[in-house]
Amino acid sequence: MELTRDEESALKGEHGEIMQIAYRILVATGEATDAEKLIPIEWAHLSGVNYNTIGDAGEEFLSSISKDARVSVKTTLNPMGFDIDNVANYGLDKDFISKQLSIRNSYETMGVVPSFSCIPYEIFDIPKDGTQVAFAESNAAIHANSYDNLKTNKESAFSALASAIVGKSSYSSIRKDDTPNITINMKVKNPNELTYGMLGFFAGKVGDTSVNISGLAEMDKRQCKAMCGGMGTSGTCAKFIFGEGDSDCEKIDFDEKEMQNVHDELNTTEKGDIITLGSPQLGLDEISDLTSMLKGRSFQKRCMVFCPRTVKEQAKKIGYTTQLERAGCEILADCCTCLTPLINKENVDAVTTNSIKGAFYLKNSNGVDVNLKSLSQIIQDETR
Amino acid sequence: MNKILVAGKVQGIVLKSENPINFLGTVDKKTGIISDNNHDLFGKSIKDVILVFPSGVGSSVGAYTIYSIKSNNAAPLAMICQKADLTVATGCALANIPLITITDEQFKSLKTGMNLSLDTDTSNLIQYQ
Repeated sequence: MELTRDEESALKGEHGEIMQIAYRILVATGEATDAEKLIPIEWAHLSGVNYNTIGDAGEEFLSSISKDARVSVKTTLNPMGFDIDNVANYGLDKDFISKQLSIRNSYETMGVVPSFSCIPYEIFDIPKDGTQVAFAESNAAIHANSYDNLKTNKESAFSALASAIVGKSSYSSIRKDDTPNITINMKVKNPNELTYGMLGFFAGKVGDTSVNISGLAEMDKRQCKAMCGGMGTSGTCAKFIFGEGDSDCEKIDFDEKEMQNVHDELNTTEKGDIITLGSPQLGLDEISDLTSMLKGRSFQKRCMVFCPRTVKEQAKKIGYTTQLERAGCEILADCCTCLTPLINKENVDAVTTNSIKGAFYLKNSNGVDVNLKSLSQIIQDETR
Repeated sequence: MNKILVAGKVQGIVLKSENPINFLGTVDKKTGIISDNNHDLFGKSIKDVILVFPSGVGSSVGAYTIYSIKSNNAAPLAMICQKADLTVATGCALANIPLITITDEQFKSLKTGMNLSLDTDTSNLIQYQ
């Protein structure tokens, strides 16, 4: 990797220890991904926030570097483990809460916007086309590259943090105008958001850094997010390109059979004890939509609804939260289904969700069974 | 392929594994002892050796484990891999542990117990003592 003289001296420690660590991370990840140089970025989005995932080592590391480290560009971050407003209802132990608050404090000290959201593309203004950013959250990186005309690597928690501090990221192939060598043809008729989530999961398995997708109809926000979430879960692929691709591209169909394979891999039961909506977190449109779908109905089971705090506050002002709570929803800000410590196999056997990303982590990390259903099906089956 | 991921200069004894290492959960953070009984280094400590292994696998959070091992003075002097992976790369970057990748032939020629010097400022990177 080519470094400027200034970058070389930072790597040698001449700009202080924090800069040295940050440059060491950028160079190591850049070399590992065959990047040729570093380029300036305008926005970093961090993962590695939930105490459930980063543990004591992460908490200690962040606490130690936050004494000196400061971010140099706009920096937002992923969900944490709980919503402080209602954490008392979920029986989390005191140690978890205090460690999580320490992590929160470290990030705020470093100058990070406490957004605790996995959908930065929906709650912040999108910079102009072609802007270089550094997003660690996989669904957000894919959304940024595929729908928002931004350019980002699928960053790791560490490269995104280093990028936030330095204001640069490695210039690897995904940031260039690449031509995927594979095209997925969407063959499934009448797709809903669950179908798109499964398509994304399939695409992530077969794609390398990017894939072409053809045969897609007009998609709504929920479906786009589901596709990004699905793809981020199953591989390293960081971008959809919409179209047929070159004629020499390998062509693969996503048909009923492939969809069934994904379904069978992630759906482990036909009935859930509770329902979760949100992974990725719901935006205001989806909250509004859910409120109208639930008019005059209520859930017969617990239903956890995850959204960013800004969305929860807006929804409260408009009156959606009251209506949703009346319909039996628990609304949680700052956290998400994905890697939540609020669901564990001691008190929950199975979860119903429309999220492929949620399903993957509920099954593999929380160790509970998963029942996959589209939102409309969930409302039909689980409300009265 | 030869790559310098984290620069540095050390001399030490090789501990080689033919298996990939998942740092999250299979290495004791206090002692550096490999606790996975399916691993060929089971029961051995990676402390103060030049650790040679194909690549890292598993969660990227394993990078924090590498950092913890180093904080507990139980880390390898350096790591040498066949293939670069982001978990080991970032972990070594956090902990400032020299890390290089080498060719398949070089990888084959390295054996446990060899006395090796590694210097990323020299052109051949590694030299047998």
